[in-house]
Amino acid sequence: MNLSKIFDISGSALSAQTTRLNTIASNLANADTASTTPEAAYRARHPVFATVLQEATGAGQSTGQPAASVRIAGIVESQAPAIARHEPGHPLADENGYIYLPAVNTVEQMADMISASRSYSSSVDVLTTTKELMLRTLQLGRG
Amino acid sequence: MSSITDRALGIHTQALEVASRRLELLASNIANADTPGYKARDLDFRALLNQASNDQAAARITTTRAGHIATTPAAGGLGGDALYRVPNHASLDGNTVDTQQEHAVFAENAVRYQASLDFINSRLSGLRKALKGE
Repeated sequence: MNLSKIFDISGSALSAQTTRLNTIASNLANADTASTTPEAAYRARHPVFATVLQEATGAGQSTGQPAASVRIAGIVESQAPAIARHEPGHPLADENGYIYLPAVNTVEQMADMISASRSYSSSVDVLTTTKELMLRTLQLGRG
Repeated sequence: MSSITDRALGIHTQALEVASRRLELLASNIANADTPGYKARDLDFRALLNQASNDQAAARITTTRAGHIATTPAAGGLGGDALYRVPNHASLDGNTVDTQQEHAVFAENAVRYQASLDFINSRLSGLRKALKGE
């Protein structure tokens, strides 16, 4: 009987979704950051999730039931080219009068943010239920 | 566990174990809802419980020496593999978790767990009353 593993699993999900929310916040915050060259323009970041199969731990635990938590395998930068905008009056404009804006799609980021916050609250629900069950298990035989 | 509590608690300890392992798997599914390529898994509660009750009824071969090979998968453990869930709709990144479905199954399983706990609790208080002789 091991409910405590659920805390690890859902905890890893919470941390992964937090990282996702962080990158989204950074993308949205930098959506309007102009730069002089296309290379210097901010690139949108996206976390890559990966499953971690936990080892079948300890005696009494039979094989074949690997519980799986999540980890961030890495954060990739978007390869979408920066958007050139002709703004000769801009202080950062190059000799041709262009500034370069990051290719961040705000609507896409907002949708991603909602998805991340939904997943986050899912895991919180799982944690709450598990906590209640554990507390009830501890009360066993007292009633 | 001694035979008296074993007999008194019956199938409920096994049910509790199956439910807790199943909760763990379902939590994994929900945690990996956004992981590309993750395949949702679940246990067949009924099949595992049937197996557990058959194990209980059948005579067990005891291991009396260190060299003997145990007949059960692990001490008190229940065998049976986690099965893969058949997805209702395929997702492009190969993930087969349906969060709503997993939530529903998780909730149902939490109730099963609580039911088993309640059963064990009432059996225990019954035993206690019998011992007190009131």
